[in-house]
Amino acid sequence: MNWRRAISKLFEFACLGATLASVALLVVLLANVVYHGASRLNWNLLTSFPSRFPDKAGIKAALWGSVWLISLTTLFAVPVGVGAAVYLEEYGRRNWWQRIVETNISNLAGVPSIVYGILGLGLFVRALAFDRSVLAGSLTMTLVILPIVIISSQEALRAVPSSIRHASYALGATRWQTVWHQVLPAALPGLLTGVVLAISRAMGEAAPLIMIGALTYVAFVPKSPMDPFTALPIQIFNWSSRPQEAFRDVAAAGIIVLLVLLLLMNAAAVILRHRSGKNVRW
Amino acid sequence: MIHFVLFLCAGVSVLTTLGIVLVLVFESALFFREVSFVEFFTGTEWTPLFDPKQFGILPLACGTMWIAVGSALFAVPVGLMSAIYLSEYASPRVRAVVKPLLEVLAGIPSVVYGYFAVVLVSPLIRQLIPQADVFNAVSASVAVGVMILPTVASLSEDVLRAVPRSLREAAYGLGSTKFDVTVRVVVPAALSGIVAATLLAISRAIGETMAVTLAAGATPKLTWNPLESIQTMTAYIVQVSLGDTPAGTIEYRTIFAVAMTLFLMTFAMNIVARSVLRRFRQVYS
Repeated sequence: MNWRRAISKLFEFACLGATLASVALLVVLLANVVYHGASRLNWNLLTSFPSRFPDKAGIKAALWGSVWLISLTTLFAVPVGVGAAVYLEEYGRRNWWQRIVETNISNLAGVPSIVYGILGLGLFVRALAFDRSVLAGSLTMTLVILPIVIISSQEALRAVPSSIRHASYALGATRWQTVWHQVLPAALPGLLTGVVLAISRAMGEAAPLIMIGALTYVAFVPKSPMDPFTALPIQIFNWSSRPQEAFRDVAAAGIIVLLVLLLLMNAAAVILRHRSGKNVRW
Repeated sequence: MIHFVLFLCAGVSVLTTLGIVLVLVFESALFFREVSFVEFFTGTEWTPLFDPKQFGILPLACGTMWIAVGSALFAVPVGLMSAIYLSEYASPRVRAVVKPLLEVLAGIPSVVYGYFAVVLVSPLIRQLIPQADVFNAVSASVAVGVMILPTVASLSEDVLRAVPRSLREAAYGLGSTKFDVTVRVVVPAALSGIVAATLLAISRAIGETMAVTLAAGATPKLTWNPLESIQTMTAYIVQVSLGDTPAGTIEYRTIFAVAMTLFLMTFAMNIVARSVLRRFRQVYS
């Protein structure tokens, strides 16, 4: 084995090492969170409101706030996002307007989420006077995840072979009938994956919510879209920023709940994709 | 009718951009009526929340720069090498396991990385270097670095895989080892794409908020020492919105001027990165 081969082998090991290091970081991160949070992970955590005393503090308000927020965000973002993708892929002509919209969407995807928070503050909280409500929060979050929903939906629609559309047109279907009865069902698995990805993002975002003034101490569960709220990532942020060790352990427990929710959502998407994937064959 | 509704859906994205620009320009204009551009962009003191008020953004920009540079120093070498491993060396089976794991790393919320920096990284650094502050630029950079690592790795892997096989085969034909092929042929051929991936990752680091708010500190200062407590532009915006600064005051309007600067920085980087990536794809398609 000459030295050139030796260098080549060495380089391979270095690259393997870098890859393993990334995976190891994930393991360390999760192990640390579980180590600190496991002792606080019990039923009381889910059913108690935040408290000055770390051993009594819970995530009830944050959990329900997140549920409200995510439900409304999904309700707003999915129809608009998928609609925009259908417009761009199925109805659009390759002209200047289409180019502007597409460039605009890819730029929006790179805008820091805190800037969306500023927009939400100016538009929903002040101009439309929704105040610091769940509604203002979920509208802001909708704008944050809209580019992700649109881009991933476009990819899902593009993956549907054009022969399906042509066959539908040949049978006399209109453009909308083709989209609604053929293209969308066929693209469903891909659409679902993108939507879940986007909602996971909304679930973990805290910055835009802090900007619109979501509260960090809430001792009630929101009852209507106009109620003030807090969310899991904000509660975790609040506890992590305190100097007491005990609060950081509650934060770790909150992180475990958040990560488990994200995991469940992604698992659900995988199962749904698998199921609906069986019906469509080409 | 349906056509029009769908058109409106697509229009929302354009309106979003317009909305962002309008809100930022309108509120920043009110700010710049009282503070000159020169003071804002060249001032070296940032103390809007207490007297004497000083509005120089450089200390905040310095904090943001430390996070961007620090996280890139960590994420670019590790991310690029992971990308090289996945694209050039890994068997399909290894790829099938490692790629989803990297995606998990990308899917972890940024506030969790903040927790990670405060609870794990910062104590570790203070053990190694006792004079480091509790909140410091290095521990925040490490957390942000781990966060942007998957971005660098997966975008770089895409561009490496886009390099045509014929280039590799030609190099092997000339008697190159795998190392020569990778380092002298594939990476240079993909270089513009790798640079674009790095730019996109850095722009994410600049816009990163929760991790740096938790871990980097709240002391805006121009410093060469990353072990000190600093403050980034994003962390300052969060500090003001968590506080009780009344709306309509000059203190409050600072966040719009800072956000405007942040928006323009990330916007410019994203545009450059995307045009480089587009040109890269054209070369090899």
